Formats: sequence, C-alpha cells, structure tokens
Amino acid sequence: MTSTRRDVFQAIADPTRRQIINLIAQQPLNLNAIADNFEVSRPAISQHIKILIECGLIDVKKNGRERYCEVRLEPLNEVAQWIEPYRRSMEERFTKMDDLLARMQKENGSNDKK
Amino acid sequence: MEKNQTTITAVPGKQEIFITREFEAPRELVFKAYTDPELLLQWLGGQCDLTMRIEKFEAKAGGSYRYIHTDPAGNEYGFHGVCHESTAPERIIQTFEFEGLPEAGHVVLETTKFEALPNNRTRIITQSVFQSVADRDGMLQSGMEQGVLDSHARLEELLATVTA
Repeated sequence: MTSTRRDVFQAIADPTRRQIINLIAQQPLNLNAIADNFEVSRPAISQHIKILIECGLIDVKKNGRERYCEVRLEPLNEVAQWIEPYRRSMEERFTKMDDLLARMQKENGSNDKK
Repeated sequence: MEKNQTTITAVPGKQEIFITREFEAPRELVFKAYTDPELLLQWLGGQCDLTMRIEKFEAKAGGSYRYIHTDPAGNEYGFHGVCHESTAPERIIQTFEFEGLPEAGHVVLETTKFEALPNNRTRIITQSVFQSVADRDGMLQSGMEQGVLDSHARLEELLATVTA
C-alpha cells in the first residue's frame, strides 16, 4: 500500500520536474548531470526524480556503476487526453458561432448592396 | 478553408484555464454574438439534445444573467453570474457559476478579450480563474456539461461513421 497517490498530473505540476523532463528528453543523464543544471540542492533534485519515477515518467537504466535516468513520455498522453472532452465541447460551440458569424456577414453584405 | 481550432491551456496545478479561438469575422460581430441574447442562443444553446433558454441577460456593468439548459428527461442545468464590465467591442468581464454543483459558491471569474486581426478576423482569449485547483480540474473533468455532451457527440459521430 502506498500512502500517497501518484499520477502524471502531480508529476508535471512542479516547474522543476517539468524542466527535468525537458532536460532528459534530449538525452538520458545521471543524477549528478541533472543536478548540475539546477540551482536547487542535489537531495531536492533526487526527490523530484523519485516522484517522476513513481509517476512512470522516468526509467532508471544501469550502465556499469552509473544509473541513467531516461524519460518515458507515454504517460503524458493522459494529460493531453484529459482536457480533450472539454476542448471538443468548446469547439462545438465555436463551430456554431462560425456559422452564425457567416450568416450575419452575408446579411450585412446583402443589406449594403441595397 | 482550414477550420479554426480551439486551444485550451490548463497548466497542471494552476487555478486558470485559457481558451483561444479565431473567427473569420470582424470583432464587432464576434462581440455582438457574445452579448446579444438572441445570437447567444444560436451558438451556446442546442448542443446535442439540450435546449437552452435565457432567463435574463444584461451585458452591461452591474447587469446579471441566467440561462438554463434542459435535457430530454427534463433535467435542468442552470448557470448564472454578474457582468463586471462589457466594453464593446474589446472586453467582457463576468462571473460564472454552475448551479448544479454539490454546493453553491464555487464561482469563476471570466475575462474575454476580443482582438482585431488583419483581414477582418478576430481572436478571442478567455481566461477563467477558479477559486481552487480542485474547482478548475472539476470543471475540466466534470460530466456537468462537457463530459455528457461530449459522449453524446461522440456517439453521434460514431453512428454517423457506421451508417456512412
């Protein structure tokens, strides 16, 4: 049993964690190399990485004595899909507004010609 | 012409949503479509099986509005708010509350800006600020309007595809 629920939304809610993802999306890096890119302390970065691992956004690969963090982007699809129903609902309204605006302009146009 | 797309921006952990959309019409007309109740009915209402009626709509500072969507089973979904500012044709600021939430008082502050673009086009940007991250996420996820409507829309699309 885990006491804290982890999900991808929590993972990317923090700006430092978003930067970490962006960083290792370019190339896998070890903890030290990641920490070198940030002002915050190494333990703090380590904690962020731990959360990212728990949320499934980072895989750790061992290469000899080094442990490399690799990004896994699939869980981010969940984020994109999350607001899609809302977006589609707005889109539906605005499509109707497109039609309305087209009708209004047509009417204006025909009035002008009279 | 390629259809204009609606962009929704909802940064995780924040209390706001941005909605951006462009229209092939001058901003005076787009503003009118937002503030004339007759016109509002034509795009805000009638999604899927819902019918919409406007009880009150005063698009001026200090005015208020209330509209209701009714589903075929007779269930009503009411929305109301007050207008803080309505400056034609550039800006509307209003509150918004969905009456179907478990408790009252979860109010949203909505600011819509109408930007004039070249070639008689218009861009609208709406910022909705919620009282909490949970309120915002609830709105985005809820079955209140979007989820339900969307599932209907999808079903209709699906059926259209199947029969086509």
